[in-house]
Amino acid sequence: MTTIAELPPGFADKVLSAQSTFRSVMDAMARPGSVQRIVRTSGAPHIMMRGTAAIALTLFDHDTPLWLDARMSESTDVAKWLKFHTGAPVVQDSSIAGFALISDGGALPSLERFALGTSEYPDRSTTLILQVESLDSGRSFELRGPGIDGVATLQASIRPFDLFERLRVNETLFPRGTDVVLVAEDAVVAIPRTTRVVNKGS
Amino acid sequence: MNAPAYNFAYLDEQTKRMIRRAILKAIAIPGYQVPFASREMPMPYGWGTGGVQVTAAILGPQDVLKVIDQGSDDTTNAISIRKFFAKTASVATTTATEDATVIQTRHRIPETPLHENQVLVYQVPIPEPLRFLEPRETETRRMHALAEYGLMHVKLYEDIARFGHIATAYAYPVKVNARYVMDPSPTPKFDNPKMDNCPALQLFGAGREKRIYAIPPYTQVVSLDFEDHPFEPYRFNAPCALCAAENSYLDEIVTDDKGGRMFVCSDTDYCEGRQAAGHRGSLSAAPYKEKAGSHG
Repeated sequence: MTTIAELPPGFADKVLSAQSTFRSVMDAMARPGSVQRIVRTSGAPHIMMRGTAAIALTLFDHDTPLWLDARMSESTDVAKWLKFHTGAPVVQDSSIAGFALISDGGALPSLERFALGTSEYPDRSTTLILQVESLDSGRSFELRGPGIDGVATLQASIRPFDLFERLRVNETLFPRGTDVVLVAEDAVVAIPRTTRVVNKGS
Repeated sequence: MNAPAYNFAYLDEQTKRMIRRAILKAIAIPGYQVPFASREMPMPYGWGTGGVQVTAAILGPQDVLKVIDQGSDDTTNAISIRKFFAKTASVATTTATEDATVIQTRHRIPETPLHENQVLVYQVPIPEPLRFLEPRETETRRMHALAEYGLMHVKLYEDIARFGHIATAYAYPVKVNARYVMDPSPTPKFDNPKMDNCPALQLFGAGREKRIYAIPPYTQVVSLDFEDHPFEPYRFNAPCALCAAENSYLDEIVTDDKGGRMFVCSDTDYCEGRQAAGHRGSLSAAPYKEKAGSHG
């Protein structure tokens, strides 16, 4: 049993660290496929990467229901840390989550299980924060869409392997859809619902 | 005691988180208006409270801020907002477009092309382009959901029927990423082409109406028009009286009560830059005339 005093710390400087982390995430979202770095990191419970922890401290609060995947929710440390530092309620029903934290991509549920927004309010959708193995090596992906000057190339090792095939549903759902933030330690890449990805193989 | 009276950049952290989440969704859905819980700011609605909140949520100590009002760095609104952030966030400020990382604007896009490391934050009075055609929010929301924009084309057509051309000169509606019709805020339509495929991120904040929207970099932005009445930017047919620029947006300034007027660049930084580079217009003051006098 971990006591609060034993929990990994949050940001040393809450205000400026959150600002710096937000700008990295905003730049990632505005320029899909570009690898942004989380510069100011905090302590993080086991399983949670530094980048994920920084994003949690920056964007989560009592207004953002969270859904944790099986591996995250198995760890009492993760739930305690999130509760203490962000106050965000953890929910079992993924379809009402503002954010979903996924550490085991192989077990990512079907995307329709998350909130996709409505036609009138497409912003009311779950943002997936997916921890991946690497965002600088692995298979090559070709990305196109708003935020990208022509074509962007992403090299990444991502599970589930068919993530981008699954995300193709964004094309028909738009403006509804799923926005994904990929995290590998302190590296962040965003794949908003407007991004179209072609798998180039290895 | 030197304890700061305000949090960094004025807003409290919970408000910033809420605005930041809205900004991320706005970027993910280009041109769609994300509702947000706009706060009271220490300035009245109509003075840029939406833009100020967006700026406050993104601004960091390493940023260099520029604020313009109708292209000018030197008007009350621009100066007060610039001072507001210099005081509450201790950020460096500038009037040079190129040096700025965050530019907050009221009703203009700078003449100097923007680059990738910049964010342009617009102050928006009425974010809903369909509002004057359909007053009910429930209906305009439905129209956006269905991409039902026929009414907007009818409005532009009525311009043509009445005046022979599309008479809308500012807040000229655009379609973003071939999906949402968006109000570019009351910028002159001269500026619309600058929004298309722009390397900088463009964020829009409407404080009173509580909406945030965005255009990501390198995104298609098309001004609505007709095949036989294509979109045309408008500009007074004159060079700037101070820097002789032939391609900048001009303000008309009345100089007396006998019909005298002059046309000058609305973008003061652009105009000053050109004057510093030696460009002179017909009404340029000081160095030019003195020099002329000393030789004559």
